[in-house]
Amino acid sequence: MKAHLHRRYHFSASHRLHVDALSEDANREIYGKCNNPFGHGHNYSVEITVSGPVDALTGMVMDLAELDEVVQQEVVARFDMANLNLQDDFLHTVPTTENLTTKVYERLQKLVPNVKLEQVRVEETSNNTFTYAGKEEILR
Amino acid sequence: MVYLTRKAEFSAAHFYYVPEWPEEKNRQVFGKCANRNGHGHNYTLEVTVKGEPDPVTGFVVDLKRLKDIMEEEVVRVYDHRNLNHEVPEFAKLVPTTENIAGAIWRRLDGKIPGAALHCVRVYEMPDLSASYYGDK
Repeated sequence: MKAHLHRRYHFSASHRLHVDALSEDANREIYGKCNNPFGHGHNYSVEITVSGPVDALTGMVMDLAELDEVVQQEVVARFDMANLNLQDDFLHTVPTTENLTTKVYERLQKLVPNVKLEQVRVEETSNNTFTYAGKEEILR
Repeated sequence: MVYLTRKAEFSAAHFYYVPEWPEEKNRQVFGKCANRNGHGHNYTLEVTVKGEPDPVTGFVVDLKRLKDIMEEEVVRVYDHRNLNHEVPEFAKLVPTTENIAGAIWRRLDGKIPGAALHCVRVYEMPDLSASYYGDK
């Protein structure tokens, strides 16, 4: 039996949406208040979905403590209470939540052991949510 | 094709334990969940069905009927119960969130008139849930 396991994590970070290649006016027009030079912040929620066969004996897709350790190290410790624009991932990439979602997926894809990373969903606010599943179809 | 999701809630006790293993291994694999006195959760169940909306009623499925089936097949059996001791499918199956999702699928599959079961998602708590899409 194959099941999907969903686990949520939380971190708070600041960012500013700004692209150096665009003029000041264009940045203000495209990003609006998100272009504020002083930055602003969000409480992000990240939902990780992995899938795999349910172990016949333990009833588990994977050891949650292992998943927690990987996500804590790769995502929460890296981004919590940080300025996203200053992180390696965003030195040349604007830290929209679309791009953040993709970066989280790419970081975890290589590190989640023995299961398939199905998708990463990031909530920037309760009204804005972004999902990335690599080249796969997004889960409904 | 339209997908429709209905929620229900139940509260239950459970513990994780494989009788073939020594106590020490159970504690190592399952941590505090291995305590055989049990612990509990407020579970949220989301059942997603799919189908074409009826051209006259606009319904994929009669929501009241779906609610009644979820109540009869799942909530009545699981709510305020010890899953290990009182729900037959967990007599020999560890009631992890993954296995609960699979067990609820088997309880509901084929019982919803006019719509196909698409997904059963079980939240043990807001930050942890499991989904089962059948044998696909």
